Order: sequence, then structure tokens, then C-alpha cells
Amino acid sequence: MSQNSKDASPDHGNLEHGSTNSRRDFFKNFGLFGAVAAAGGAAIYSGYNYEETKPGANFVRVLTADNRIIEVPKEGFKDIKVDLNQLQKQGREGLKGHRFVMVIDLAKCRNARKCITACQGAHHLRPHEYHINTLVMQESEHTAPYFMPKPCQHCDNPPCVAVCPVDATFKRQDGIVLIDNERCIGCRFCIAACPYSARLFHWEEPLMAEADKGTPYNVELNVPQRKGTISKCLFSSDRLREGKLPYCVSACPNGVYYFGDENQDSVTNGTTKETFRLSELLKVNAGYQLMPELGTKPRVYYLPAKNRLFEFKDDKDPVKSI
Amino acid sequence: MASEVNTDFLQDKKLDSIAADILRPVGITQGFVVWMGFLGISLMGCIYAYSIQWDKGLIVTGLRDYTSWGMYIANFVFFVATSLVGMLISSILGLIGFKWVKPIARIAEIIAVAFAAVAGLVIIIDMGHPERLGNVFLYGRIQSPIVWDVTVVITYLTISILLYFLPLIPDLAISKGRMNHTPKWLQNLYEVMSVKWQHTPEQYRLLMKAIRILLILIIPTAFAIHTVTSWLFAVTLRPGWDSTIFGPYFLTGAFVAGSAAVVIVMYFVRSNYKLDKYLTNHHFDMMGKLLVLVSIVYLYFNINEYLVPAYKMKTAEAIHLHDLFVGEYAVMFWSVQLLGLVLPIILLLFSFFRKPFSMLIISIVVLVAAWFKRFLIVVPTQDHPFLPKQYVPQAWMVYQPTVIETAITVGTLLLVLIIITILVKFFPVIPIWEMAEEQHELDHKSQK
Ligand code: SF4
Ligand code: SF4
Repeated sequence: MSQNSKDASPDHGNLEHGSTNSRRDFFKNFGLFGAVAAAGGAAIYSGYNYEETKPGANFVRVLTADNRIIEVPKEGFKDIKVDLNQLQKQGREGLKGHRFVMVIDLAKCRNARKCITACQGAHHLRPHEYHINTLVMQESEHTAPYFMPKPCQHCDNPPCVAVCPVDATFKRQDGIVLIDNERCIGCRFCIAACPYSARLFHWEEPLMAEADKGTPYNVELNVPQRKGTISKCLFSSDRLREGKLPYCVSACPNGVYYFGDENQDSVTNGTTKETFRLSELLKVNAGYQLMPELGTKPRVYYLPAKNRLFEFKDDKDPVKSI
Repeated sequence: MASEVNTDFLQDKKLDSIAADILRPVGITQGFVVWMGFLGISLMGCIYAYSIQWDKGLIVTGLRDYTSWGMYIANFVFFVATSLVGMLISSILGLIGFKWVKPIARIAEIIAVAFAAVAGLVIIIDMGHPERLGNVFLYGRIQSPIVWDVTVVITYLTISILLYFLPLIPDLAISKGRMNHTPKWLQNLYEVMSVKWQHTPEQYRLLMKAIRILLILIIPTAFAIHTVTSWLFAVTLRPGWDSTIFGPYFLTGAFVAGSAAVVIVMYFVRSNYKLDKYLTNHHFDMMGKLLVLVSIVYLYFNINEYLVPAYKMKTAEAIHLHDLFVGEYAVMFWSVQLLGLVLPIILLLFSFFRKPFSMLIISIVVLVAAWFKRFLIVVPTQDHPFLPKQYVPQAWMVYQPTVIETAITVGTLLLVLIIITILVKFFPVIPIWEMAEEQHELDHKSQK
């Protein structure tokens, strides 16, 4: 409550390249979200979190859906519990105006696997359940091996979405492909269809099934995970909603990941927090996509594993390490 | 099938003897009780296995993230395949005018109904959330082949049930008065099911018309059901499934499996019910020829499906084919292709082997091979995804069906056997009125 609004603005600048316009958009989204939740004219939950009070007065400033800042008496405040319907609605709508992309610099990956543990921690997964996995790759016998982190490619022409019989896995306007485990029937057609092996199925009771009981399901985090349904990389859309970088991107110690918005042509490195032009980055480094010949149109780009500054050391046996 | 039925056969004395022959085995016998008891008790064990899966999740199967479709889906494809024979025999052969299929048609429909009904169940067993099946109707997306599959399986089952039941109605009416040796409830059931059939020419005319429409309707439905089933695989990008001939490949394979199943049921009906008069050596001979024909067509598609990619040896295809030809699945692959397809073709070309007993043996081999063939279509492809399988536990690397999974699969087979047994045992297995009509016509002609 005592935060001032500058702090409260999440490290959005990294992501947005300082564009004030989109920042306003961004808050507008919060306002909208709040307005819906507070049907009946109660105060706005997100505003409540992000705005300061006037010292001494019993009024709180909140941002409305139409971008006005108003003051509301504190007594009129009602904490709206974010419920399932709300989460489902916002989760399916996505973040308006964005087209998220990821760039992975293979030259820097040392298989630290920090991205993986951060992701698994956030999504309550076991060590062998991957939203993102780093693979040991070698194109052919005489070419150098390298490490390749592999999240869901958030394909623009996603075969997994096409085959899903119940619209449990879907593509959002911001480019992210999500999975709704409240609806998934567990047919695993999407696993068969995904050429990147990017999906996992909960064959058994998920790791934190007990602990997560009662938590409303957040489709953007896919927590609580559910037995008999699919889970997959979500581009950390819960973090993006808060204007933060994805879990894996922030966790990498080696500067492998860039994440950003195609619409703004900018991506931010998760380690150094430097921001780059997406088009430049891809052009200069000869960026490419995984198996583009399949026509899936991935939203994840790779920069080739060239000029590596370290020995390739595959000390973790990829097959038996677990 | 002629649309005009001459009801004179009802006055013919031959009707009595035919009805007597066919109705003799109907009812509860000791053999039936023992057999059903065996099936029932075994089924209980399998249901228990499923209850474990229901409780613990699909972790009790050998399925994991890479090979996420296994025995259940192979079994599903097998069931759908086998059920198609109803369409082949009653519709295609019947409509063309082959008279010899008449006594077999009902057996073929029984197989169609039993396998199609349980196929639906098999797919539910494979689901992670079977209780959410309703979502397919609530949120069904037209783009998804599963939605097409659900639609056509239900349609096919409905038409098959009608095609079984409609021609049965006159038989039930004929049987009513002749069922003194059977329990009362069965007689009452006949009474209800024969829907006040009076044998009037008008009724027969309408019946024939209805059957004819259904026989035509079932052809596209049957093509659709198995083509769509093949598309569950063919619409993916995976080497081994990414094929343009999967539709006809599956369809022709289906006729092989189905014909073999018909021969097996024919054999047991004939020997257990002493119906040699109706299911003659000639019928087995013709079924043998049919089996050769469909097997040759299937072999042709097999050659296409394997030889063309094997010639090119694209990287991903090459790994897959290597696995089948000389790798992990080689023994299964060659047994299926040689014992289940090539050898039967060679043997059945000789009339010597188209005798009932050798037909039975050959058909059993063909049917078992057909099951493993579906396994070979479903499983090995998933063993080699485009990207390597790494950092996963051993169980994730290889698919090893578990005991529970096998028990559940056996359970679905038992269920099919139970349905077949009930239909074969409680209702006339050979169309009485059609036999009588045919006989009447024959006699009539020879008199003239
Ligand atoms: S990578 Fe796989 S799971 Fe992700 S969008 Fe593409 S097809 Fe779907
Ligand atoms: S497993 Fe779930 S998400 Fe995947 S296709 Fe089936 S219903 Fe859709």
C-alpha cells in the first residue's frame, strides 16, 4: 500500500523498451480486469495493490478502466477474491496488443539447467517433468555438439491446437499457446501432434496435488496441475501479466534468453536486462527456427551455437541423469 | 436383395424344418452357462484392473510422454477395423447380389455391433479424464479428427444395430410359437421385439426398403469411420504416420481382420450348433476366396507404405524403418507380415486350405497378426520423435505395456466375446425367413 506508483510499475521497462504508450495500455488492462472483477462499483482490486494512499486521509486512489485516476473511500473497499471464472476469462483473452517472442542464444548455453529448475518450481513439477528441457544436440557426426534449451515453440500454426477435440489447448491473441486443464479430457492427441515433444502428461497425481488443493486454477500458470491432463510451457503468461520476464528467462545465469514483444520489435536479455531490436538481433546473428519446414511457424528463435567461449562439456549424461 | 418379397414361403413346410434347425440351439444350455461364467469371472478381474487405473491414473500403464498412445489405441484401431466387415459383407457383397452371403450376413453384423460398441469403450479407457467425455459434445471443435471419429463411430454403431435388428424382426415373429424349449423371459422378449410383425407383404416391402437404405448409408459411414481413424495418425507430422495412403491402407487392412473374424465365428456356430446345412463348405470356400482377395489388396498397400519411404530413406523415416525391419520390432514386424499376410495368401490360393478347419486356423493367425499390426502402426512411430529423448527416467525411453494395461485390454476383448455370445445364443444366428424364402424359390423353380 505504501509503495509509490513508480516502484509498483513492474520491471516493465525491460520488456517494453520504455514505450509510454504501451505502459498506459498496460495499466488499462489492469483497469479493465479490475472493472470486471468489481462488478457493482466496488473498488478495483489491482488498483488497490498498485496505488498509494494519501497520507492521513481515508481515501485511496485507483485507476479505472477508462484510465482516470479516482479516489475511493477506504471503507468502500472490498477485497475481490480472484475466482476461477475471472482467471479463465483473462487467461483465454490474453494480453492485448502484444505478440510475445523468445530468442535463445545457443552460443551461451552451458547446460546450467537453472531455467529448468526455476520453471519446475513455479509450475509445481517433478524433476523429470519439463516445460522446458535442455537437450544435447549434434546435427551430424562431424559437427560440434551443443546444448539446446527447448520450451514449447508457441507455434503460430500449432498442430496441437488443431487436433484438440475440446479447445482445451488454444492460441491467444498475444501468440501464446495455453492449456486449460479444467477442460482437457486427457486424450493426448496433442502430444502425438506436437513435433517438438513440448508437452507433458500427468500420468500420476502431480507433485503438489495435496498442497495445491483449494487454490483456484490459474490457466496462465497451470497450477494446480491435475492428474490425467496435459501441461506445457506457458511462456510464464502469469508473469507477463505482471509485466515481468518469464521464470526461465530471469533464472538463466548465462544470458541465453531474450524475451520480448514482436510488435515492438524489442527483446530483453533475462540476465543482463539489456534490450535489443529483435529484427537486428536475428539478422546479425543469423537467427533461425526449429524445423521450420514443418510449417508450424514457431515463436521461438535460436541463435546458432558459434564462437563458443567454453569447452563443450557434457558431464551430465542426458539419458541416465535421472 | 430383391425388394419384393414373395410371402408364400410362410406356407411352405420347409419353413418349419429350417426354423427348427436354427432355433434348436437358442436358449440357455449348460455349455453356455460355463462359457459365460468363465468370461464373466475373467471380466471381473479386468474390471478390477481398470479400477486401479481409475484410482491411480494412467501411470499404471507403460505409457509415458514419448510413447503416449500404446496398447489401448492399437486395440481401438483393431476393433474399429474388425467391425467394418459388417459393411463389407452385408452391404457391398449383398447389394452386388452375391447370394452366398445371406446366411453369413447376420454373423457379420453381430461382429460389427460387438466390435464397434466396445471400440467406443476402449477409447474412453485411454482417456486421462473419462468423466469429461461430455466436453467433446459441449466444446467439440470441428477441426479435430477426434470429433469426427466420435461422430462416425456413433453413426456406424447405430446403423449396424439397425442392420442387425431389422432383418431379425420377421425371424422373431416366426420364432414366437416355436420356442417352447426356451425360458419364458426370452419368449416374452421375442414378443416385444417382434413389434407385432404380421408378415404382410406391405410390411416386408417397407422392411426391405428400410434395409436397403441402411445398406447404402452404411457404406460411406464405414469408409468414414476407418478413414478418420487412420487420420488420427496421418494428420500428424510424425515419420511413419505422415502418410497419404493411410485411409485406404487402414480400410483394406480392416477387411482382412474382419473377414478372419467372421470365419472364426462361422466355424464355432457351425460346429457347436450343427448348422452344417446352412454354413456349408461352400461358404467357407467363398470366405477363403474373399480373404485372399482382401489380403492381396492389403499387401499391395503394405508394399507402398513401406517400400516407397525405404527407397528414399529420409533421416527420420530411416530410423523408423530400421526399427521395424531389423531393429527392436523386427521379429514382430516380419511375423505379422509373413505369417499374417503373405503365408495366408499363398495357402488360401489352394482350395485344399479353404476347408472349414484349416480356414479356422488360418483366420486365427490372421486375426492375431492383425492386432499386432495395429500395435506396429501405433507404437514404433512414437519411439523416435524429431528431437532426442533426454534427461528422463528409463521408463520414459521405452514403452513396456504393463500387466494392468494388458488385463484391461483383455477385458475389452472379453466384452466383445460376451456380446457376440449373447447375440449368437439368444437369437437366430442365421436369417430364418431369408433361408426359407430362398429355399421356396429354389423348389418353385425346379418344379417349373
Ligand atoms: S511446440 Fe508443440 S505444444 Fe508448443 S505450440 Fe507448437 S505444437 Fe503446440
Ligand atoms: S490431451 Fe487435452 S489438450 Fe491435448 S488434445 Fe486432448 S483434450 Fe486437448
